[in-house]
Amino acid sequence: MNDLAPAAVKRAAVAPPMAIMMELTHRCPLKCPYCSNPLAMDRAREEMDTATWMRVISEAAALGALQGHFSGGEPMVRDDLAQLVQHAHREGLYTNLITSAVLLDQQKMHALAEAGLDHVQISFQGAESGIADHVAGLRNAHVKKLAAARLVRDAGLALTVNAVMHRQNLHQLPAMLDLAVEAGAQRIEVAHVQYYGWALKNRAALIPTRAQLDEATRIVDDARKRLEGVLNIDYVVPDYYASRPKSCMSGWARRFFNVTPSGKVLPCHAAETIGHLRFDTVQEKPLAEIWLHSEAFNAYRGTDWMPAPCKGCDRAEIDWGGCRCQALAITGDAGATDPACGLSPHHDMMLNLAVEESAAGSETFVYRMIS
Amino acid sequence: MILTEASVPRLPRHVRFRFDAARNCHVLLAPELVIMPDAIAVAILEAVDGAASVGGIADILAARYEAPRDAVLADCIEMLNDLAKKGMIAA
Repeated sequence: MNDLAPAAVKRAAVAPPMAIMMELTHRCPLKCPYCSNPLAMDRAREEMDTATWMRVISEAAALGALQGHFSGGEPMVRDDLAQLVQHAHREGLYTNLITSAVLLDQQKMHALAEAGLDHVQISFQGAESGIADHVAGLRNAHVKKLAAARLVRDAGLALTVNAVMHRQNLHQLPAMLDLAVEAGAQRIEVAHVQYYGWALKNRAALIPTRAQLDEATRIVDDARKRLEGVLNIDYVVPDYYASRPKSCMSGWARRFFNVTPSGKVLPCHAAETIGHLRFDTVQEKPLAEIWLHSEAFNAYRGTDWMPAPCKGCDRAEIDWGGCRCQALAITGDAGATDPACGLSPHHDMMLNLAVEESAAGSETFVYRMIS
Repeated sequence: MILTEASVPRLPRHVRFRFDAARNCHVLLAPELVIMPDAIAVAILEAVDGAASVGGIADILAARYEAPRDAVLADCIEMLNDLAKKGMIAA
């Protein structure tokens, strides 16, 4: 072991990824103004074919990925979804479908369950049709989602309700929790919108006031006690109001990677906002090589890249410096400490931005569209 | 749900248990969750087949490892109830 070069030692220290996120497509029947897809979306003709996705899935499993998330866009617009799920299942991945569910019917549910699908996450835009269909920009979306949730439970699969919350639907949070219980979900993700991409564009119409956020947190704390053993609640706060940053992606390039419809491999779905990074594609290189050696993955991996006050902080390996995309969006430097951290020199600036923007508010959405 | 000696434990449809070659260990997989069970837990989970009772699993393991049955049974009940609380074991 003594003759190993330092670079090889460093490489050996990179653990296998836990999960692969497959953005099969950017196409989607919904137009949510906080969509996590980039502003410049891949078109249908740029999407990878079935054979290439199957190779990517096999490579991910061989690399050590344990969970395979099928996402988009709306992954159900792909005719080969069940085929890809079956391949992932046979390769040993725990398969998760992240969907708006408006395209799910009995026949498709049966095919996906037969293919070995384990878990379905259905996004809800509100607790009733009025606000939900307005946010989704699609009529009848909400009732279709409720019907789809029943199909998932009847098929015996795990169900998570993704409740995407913001200033225009936060008053419906108690009803969203009831909806999840009535739908038979084991989990709910109460996720305040995070401000990247389309959501950053629509921030003034989405960001809650501090009082709204505190009330939501109180409701979640209360529901966690009341629903223990019935509904598992994950809670994601809008960290503009936080004093410590989120452990974004559990650390850059540490457990997770994302493959875009056209085959770019990203450390997180928003990483393309960091303009100076170059991302490898699955057409150019094997996934294993990208995971270990990609310039973009190694740019902020571990703790070596960290500036003060992250470097040497006793939370350096807890929050991993927070979010690179947020650091860029707020400070202009992707290598800066996430301004969500109270120790960041930009923290007060971000907090003031949240306070002022949420007080002014806006009711106008810019819906997502392919430009 | 609390499992007793007479309960027949099984893995729910949405929970997977398998060996992971990349990490050289067993993994228990559920929504947004990966658990790496220790050697005792692996031995118990390998005996969970939807047919054997908790007592039956204790019999098998006590014989295999030449261990006192009472202690093995206590381990089985504790471990399986812990997973049941997380929704990863049904009965």
